[in-house]
Amino acid sequence: MGLSGGSRDAGALGPVEPREPLVVRRRGPREELARSITIAIVSSVVVFGGLGWIVVNSPGWSAVQDGFLDGPLFARTLPDVVGAFRVNVQLFLIAEVLILAFGLVLAMLRSLPGPALFPFRFMATIYVDVFRAIPGLVIIFALGFGAPGLGIPGLPIDRFFWAIVTLTLVYSAYVSEVFRAGIESIHPSQEAAARSLGLSRFQALRYVIVPQATRRVIPPLLNDFIGLQKDTVLVSFIGVVEIFRTAQIRQAATFNYTPYVAVALVFLVLTLPLSRFTDWLVARERDRRYAGAVRAGPRGRFGLGSR
Amino acid sequence: MTDSVVRIEGLHKSFGRNDVLVGIDLAVERHEVVCLIGASGSGKSTLLRCINLLEPIDAGRIFIEAEEITAQGVDVDRIRRRIGIVFQAFNLFPHMSVLDNVTLAPRKVLKRSRADADRAATELLERFGLADKRLDYPDRLSGGQQQRVAIVRALAMEPDLLLLDEVTSALDPELVAEVLNVVRELAAGGMTMIIATHEMGFARDIAHRVCFLDGGRIIEEGRPAEIFRAPREPRTRQFLQRIIDAGRL
Repeated sequence: MGLSGGSRDAGALGPVEPREPLVVRRRGPREELARSITIAIVSSVVVFGGLGWIVVNSPGWSAVQDGFLDGPLFARTLPDVVGAFRVNVQLFLIAEVLILAFGLVLAMLRSLPGPALFPFRFMATIYVDVFRAIPGLVIIFALGFGAPGLGIPGLPIDRFFWAIVTLTLVYSAYVSEVFRAGIESIHPSQEAAARSLGLSRFQALRYVIVPQATRRVIPPLLNDFIGLQKDTVLVSFIGVVEIFRTAQIRQAATFNYTPYVAVALVFLVLTLPLSRFTDWLVARERDRRYAGAVRAGPRGRFGLGSR
Repeated sequence: MTDSVVRIEGLHKSFGRNDVLVGIDLAVERHEVVCLIGASGSGKSTLLRCINLLEPIDAGRIFIEAEEITAQGVDVDRIRRRIGIVFQAFNLFPHMSVLDNVTLAPRKVLKRSRADADRAATELLERFGLADKRLDYPDRLSGGQQQRVAIVRALAMEPDLLLLDEVTSALDPELVAEVLNVVRELAAGGMTMIIATHEMGFARDIAHRVCFLDGGRIIEEGRPAEIFRAPREPRTRQFLQRIIDAGRL
């Protein structure tokens, strides 16, 4: 049948029955939306209801319920867990600022051409290769225990300090790659235009290329930022008492995993608004750039719309 | 020596094994308008990009006034300040308003204050009928308006020489005139220009001198009347005949 499929009696080569004239019944936009919402609700009830039923009717459900979903214990541990979360917030806020700055510097170093800058490009490349390759936990141990262990006078021994250093070093490697991808996505004609006006290579990068690149990479940057927030729990392994360590202490005392559920909820509450904010930023940028043009892709915040 | 703004001697340029320019000699006087004509791929754009040092050259020398700009150790940024170029695809900065597009280089390169740069830019924009667009972003403008902004952006650096690289080739036909009129006005104001163009009627009207490029060489040059009415070289004749057959002249 070639490419013009879709006819139900494609295989039968008999006489084609006359079809009813094709009448397109136009639905109003309200009717269309109501229909979409109904379909979405029914589909959700079936899928989520089904999954819930499977879990609740599993043989070990009551044991799991006792071990993970202890209501009174949850109520008792939640304030402590939330209180300890302050440490994580400090960690990721301080680290994120350092990461963005350091990551951008690394990306710019790798983007500057010319033989004179080869050593910088080389160092930046090695840096990114190394810190992306080694698991973050290993680096946390190395710096958290190793660096203070050197006993160099003046070198801080504070665990919190080394936690920040580690997170910054590890995440800068990822973030610099995000920035670099953004920089390389800007068409060379932009640099040509900037240079033709007499801007230096660095000025072209700073005023023309990087501002455009940064705008493009905000969603992946926020993605890495969410990753960083979660990875702050890794520093519990070098003895920083933060949310995960606090939950661990409670778990060890009660032999119940409910405190970890509290941890999960805290992170959910934090990252969900950030995820929606990222979506909003993407949509706003799209609207600004393609104002008036026909928009492709799912409409609305949850992609709820016509096919 | 005459008062030439730019002088090119024996310019060679190749991309890999593709020889694009093979011995270009050209001098342009102050206030002179030179049009480069020739088929696509004849080297017009590459020649302009070489003059602006956007492309490194393989052999030959280029002088701006008395200074050899292709010499070792020349500060290319200082040279480019004096040579404006306008591209076929406008190349405006999409993240900046029209005003910021125009004032960026005066502020960052010439170190003008924002107030001074804004004032000068607004004057230029007014002169070219773009004053009401000064706070718009490029993607809100028509192609013709964008190209006029690009011209204003180049003019804001007060260049000694303006290079126009097929500035109407990316425009809808009904927008070509508004851009060409701007170029006419610049020519009338005495701007020294080298213009690569496919608009033969325009070249005939505006140019003091027309150069026909073919295979990376200037095959023939002369006053527009000579080139368009009585070309000496067979290849020029052939090229113009094709243009006439296409109804473009």
